[in-house]
Amino acid sequence: MSTLLSIKDLKVHFDLGGGGPLDKLFNAKSVKRVVKAVDGVSIDILERETLGLVGESGCGKTTLGRAILRLIEPTDGQVFYRDRDLAHLSQRQLREQRRHLQIIFQDPYASLNPRMTVGQIVGEPLETYRLARGREAEQRVQELLETVGLSKRFIKRYPHEFSGGQRQRIGIARALAVDPDFIVADEPISALDVSIQAQIMNLLEKLRREKNLTYLFISHDLRAIRHVSDRVAVMYLGKLVELADAKTIYAEPLMPYTKALISAVPVPDPQVEATRQRIMLEGDVPSPINPPSGCRFHTRCPYAIDACKEVVPQLVEIKPAHFAACIRISPAQPHIEDVAPGAAPGLPQ
Amino acid sequence: MSSDGNLLEVKNLRTYFDTDDGIVKAVDGISFQLERGETLGIVGESGSGKSVTNLSIIRLIPEPPGKIAGGEVIFNGTDLLLLPNEAIRKIRGRRIAMIFQDPMTSLNPFMKISRQLMEMTELHLGHTKAQARTHAIRMLETVGIPDAHARADSYPHEFSGGMRQRVMIAMALSCEPELLIADEPTTALDVTIQAQILELIKKLKRETGTSVILITHDLGVVAGMTDHVIVMYAGKIFEQARTAELFAQPGNPYTKGLLRSVPDPTDEQGKLYQIPGLPPDVAHLKPGCPFAPRCDRVQEICKQEFPPFVQLNADHHSLCHFAREVYSESGGTPA
Repeated sequence: MSTLLSIKDLKVHFDLGGGGPLDKLFNAKSVKRVVKAVDGVSIDILERETLGLVGESGCGKTTLGRAILRLIEPTDGQVFYRDRDLAHLSQRQLREQRRHLQIIFQDPYASLNPRMTVGQIVGEPLETYRLARGREAEQRVQELLETVGLSKRFIKRYPHEFSGGQRQRIGIARALAVDPDFIVADEPISALDVSIQAQIMNLLEKLRREKNLTYLFISHDLRAIRHVSDRVAVMYLGKLVELADAKTIYAEPLMPYTKALISAVPVPDPQVEATRQRIMLEGDVPSPINPPSGCRFHTRCPYAIDACKEVVPQLVEIKPAHFAACIRISPAQPHIEDVAPGAAPGLPQ
Repeated sequence: MSSDGNLLEVKNLRTYFDTDDGIVKAVDGISFQLERGETLGIVGESGSGKSVTNLSIIRLIPEPPGKIAGGEVIFNGTDLLLLPNEAIRKIRGRRIAMIFQDPMTSLNPFMKISRQLMEMTELHLGHTKAQARTHAIRMLETVGIPDAHARADSYPHEFSGGMRQRVMIAMALSCEPELLIADEPTTALDVTIQAQILELIKKLKRETGTSVILITHDLGVVAGMTDHVIVMYAGKIFEQARTAELFAQPGNPYTKGLLRSVPDPTDEQGKLYQIPGLPPDVAHLKPGCPFAPRCDRVQEICKQEFPPFVQLNADHHSLCHFAREVYSESGGTPA
């Protein structure tokens, strides 16, 4: 598969102020406070794959998804799409490209304009990009509604007349209106009931196959991510910490954070639940304002050694097509349980 | 004291809401028991009536528009629905405690954590200020708040979501209640924090012997935490059984569909089973089985007649015209 989007060292920093001359004078916030929401992420998204992006709240996954589409301006780095760097296009050039890059939002209640009919919501992108008008546009909207499993009779109704799952379908129809290549699905099922989640996951999968779409599927739900993704990327405090195909990362996670994350997922099987060993992490995710030095996970990591506080681990190909960021493992010694206490085979010699 | 080991017995409970849309039968004739020291899971989708059930038990249904239209809630031999407000207030928080989904909105943002905890024991156990404070700090330590002494005087906003939920648990358990009702206690939390909180509830339950009702939409949480499960749909109990049995041999098409529509992280990918359609509008239920429009084995009778609550074995019931057949197909042997 060839690369559709190539993200290089992407950074999104939010300046919270502090550290200016006046602050210093009054000793208010004498340290400059910066949230490094996304801090040097590089990843290729392959054509027609679903790349799952998973992490806990505050890890930067939503910011990353939005920065790719420049719904949030990146601070630094590049996003290549068809040989163009989206991160450095002018607004006009960017608008042209956006046609190919769409997003589905988490909250199906907040992401649809309550004063527009379904027909207007789904038809608006057609108008914006002058793809269809009048009778033709209406027909296209009807087709789109049927594609996402809604009756075309709904065209004159308003968002409040629909349930959460149906609204999410409207959001999907709107994203599909411009025939995109790539869709960021930002927690598209989190606000929905279990039986509706399955419907939306199946719909997204069907659309991907039929329309050759590529997804970045962002979720904190590890079960959903496992189900929909071809490859999975794990994020922690602004950094990617592991990347592998979905089956591998769940069967054999390498980085200690991923291990803990996967072991924490409740499995709907009482027998499995009764016998499995959980890796309990101590404490909470640290604040992304001035995050921990070195490996950002070292404050909670059961395997941390002194060097972890100093060295920022790079994402290394530990096994074929399986990347992890941890200095305590290496291609020669991929399993942290087998590494000698205190050893750090991943450190550059 | 009831003699049969049941701490709580809910009989034919009905809670209705009077809305512009007509009478909504949010909970419509449900019965179940909870044994001492046991954990009961209540699962269902939004609008199934699981939260209303529990708010009815402790009589926190806003009246109007809500109304407990009938039934009994026997707690330790007393019907809570017959008690005067004064008496129920003495039970709430003291003998039956609750924790809710959102720890931020359940804590008072203007009060120090310590003050909120102290209020509980001063009110219910007659502690002096000094006693209450000592007790509050001990409770914070029990639920794993690091440096409890210093942090007791923090305000809720200074705590993370997981820590706030720990505070809620500390508060709920500070009067050693006989029953703890936890309504989606981990839904707002991250998965690693969820694991911590569930482990904490398990540990405290082991140590104190408190009975627990755990309301959740997450079948994974139910699998790991509970002894018995109730599956609710459209205000009715659709199935109830021992947890292991419910997962291994479901006797109801809705339960079966629900179990199949959760992706199993240890399992292969593939097309996920989906229950078609939408949960019903409880204000406008048609005759027959409420699940019939979405059921994959619907027959003519399901659209006409309300299904019977079929007993499949000693403690396994299912609301379905074809409960025995479904149960047999899952490998169970109906008694």
